[in-house]
Amino acid sequence: MMPAAETQNIASNGSSQGVHLPIYMDNHATTPMDPRVLEAMMPYFTKIFGNAASRNHSFGWEAEQAVEKAREQVARLIGATAKEIIFTSGATESNNLAIKGIAEMYRERGNHIITQVTEHKAVLDTCKRLEKSGCRVTYLPVNADGLIELEDLKRAMDDKTILVSIMFANNEIGVVQPVAEIGKLCRERGVLFHTDAVQAAGKVPVDVNAMNIDVLSLSAHKMYGPKGVGALYVRRRNPRVQIAEQINGGGHERGMRSGTLNVTGIVGLGKACDLCREEMPQETERLRKLRDHLKTRLESKLDYIHVNGSMEHRLPGNLNMSFVYVEGESLLMGINDVAVSSGSACTSATLEPSYVLKALGLGDDVAHSSIRFGLGRFNTLAEVDYVADKLIDIVQKLRELSPLYEMVKEGIDLTKIQWEAH
Amino acid sequence: MAYSEKVIDHYNNPRNVGQLDKASTEVGTGLVGAPECGDVMRLQIKVNPDTQVIEEAKFKTIGCGSAIASSSLATEWVKGKTVEEALQIKNTDIVKELSLPPVKIHCSVLAEDAIRAAIGDWKKKNGVAEPAAAAVN
Repeated sequence: MMPAAETQNIASNGSSQGVHLPIYMDNHATTPMDPRVLEAMMPYFTKIFGNAASRNHSFGWEAEQAVEKAREQVARLIGATAKEIIFTSGATESNNLAIKGIAEMYRERGNHIITQVTEHKAVLDTCKRLEKSGCRVTYLPVNADGLIELEDLKRAMDDKTILVSIMFANNEIGVVQPVAEIGKLCRERGVLFHTDAVQAAGKVPVDVNAMNIDVLSLSAHKMYGPKGVGALYVRRRNPRVQIAEQINGGGHERGMRSGTLNVTGIVGLGKACDLCREEMPQETERLRKLRDHLKTRLESKLDYIHVNGSMEHRLPGNLNMSFVYVEGESLLMGINDVAVSSGSACTSATLEPSYVLKALGLGDDVAHSSIRFGLGRFNTLAEVDYVADKLIDIVQKLRELSPLYEMVKEGIDLTKIQWEAH
Repeated sequence: MAYSEKVIDHYNNPRNVGQLDKASTEVGTGLVGAPECGDVMRLQIKVNPDTQVIEEAKFKTIGCGSAIASSSLATEWVKGKTVEEALQIKNTDIVKELSLPPVKIHCSVLAEDAIRAAIGDWKKKNGVAEPAAAAVN
């Protein structure tokens, strides 16, 4: 997805109505780093620079100490123990390591993996790769709300199923899957459960024990930490999960992930986890209010708009809306001082509309007109008002230009028209 | 994606937005594209029956910035041209004028299609033969 700020070359600077432009409202793509995280990281760039694997001098010990503290911080956020945390370069690596590592390690037990269609490409493409090397993968559908049906999952399981990989929350529509129920079912069947929690960790409560999660991926840059660092939780007890390493070398991270540890990044991840954990109740409340305010304001002024995905089971900071009879990229052009994303084909490199929105059963025309708002820690009410008003204005303008909106207003049934696809 | 100044100008100030009386024999209407593809253009022309000069042109487009710009530009270009002159407008001319990037070439194709469809509609209404036959006359 491409932020609106990139769609044209007129840079807007300065402020308007007390807000600083451009406004960043694309926090599912990445988040700005919290200054408190940067502060925690600073000493580790220059002063405490040791290799955490250096065992015989204080430089190494200090670095190792910092890493172990961060391991505790990450573990605490998700109800794990420190020894169950493996540091990686980010969630893409974590997902690859989890899925490939389990497929390889449990090969003798079975070769069947179950996932679902709205997963991030880091999971889907990993599964596709495994299909080429003898794995069988079931891609569960989602309902109109974007949620999987537990009955579908139950039916898909067989005696060769070794792994279920279902994301915690979706990156486009923010829909939160019934993770605890999935975990319970997997535990009953003796199947490992991996969840890509990159959008959920630090945003909503995650408890690997209460939810029977065996393996979990998360990333620092989605929770106000630095880019290039993430973690994989690997359960050590009941059951003890084994993962075949995908990167060979010095045997770091209990042999599961070789490579000199990114100490500075890891310190940042740890601090980010701490802040998210401490501030989650207030932050959740604040973001939900802002999000609902945005939705209400848009709905009060515009017709033919609707929310994509479940409103009930959704991350507090996510809103994904379609502004029917307007095309997404042209919308982004009109709000070029606001960074949001669109599911429109025109904003994607492949010229295909969002596969997530299509999976909900929405027509391509609805996907083309979608906008994803990702509210985060640093967004304000004034920003939300600015974005809403600007969007209302541009949607109305573009609908003046839209032949479809005119036809619908005249009572013409668009489905009865013989369109020629191109 | 960085658009050219001209695309942004057409997007911000689209020319000749609106509609002409579809029922009039002097008016030709072209409706091209499809909602599933994300862009639909409606281009209309009003032709002087004596001179065959396109005296008015209007459009409405749903689509990305370059689709809007391509159709806006198309209305500017067809105005004042005879029907046969307008048929000479090529999508590549639009690409050049607007500096469209390769992924947006289909928008210019759609605009050329819209011109042809509008002229085709006008010809059908007025019993004018197809371009090749017209040239013989």
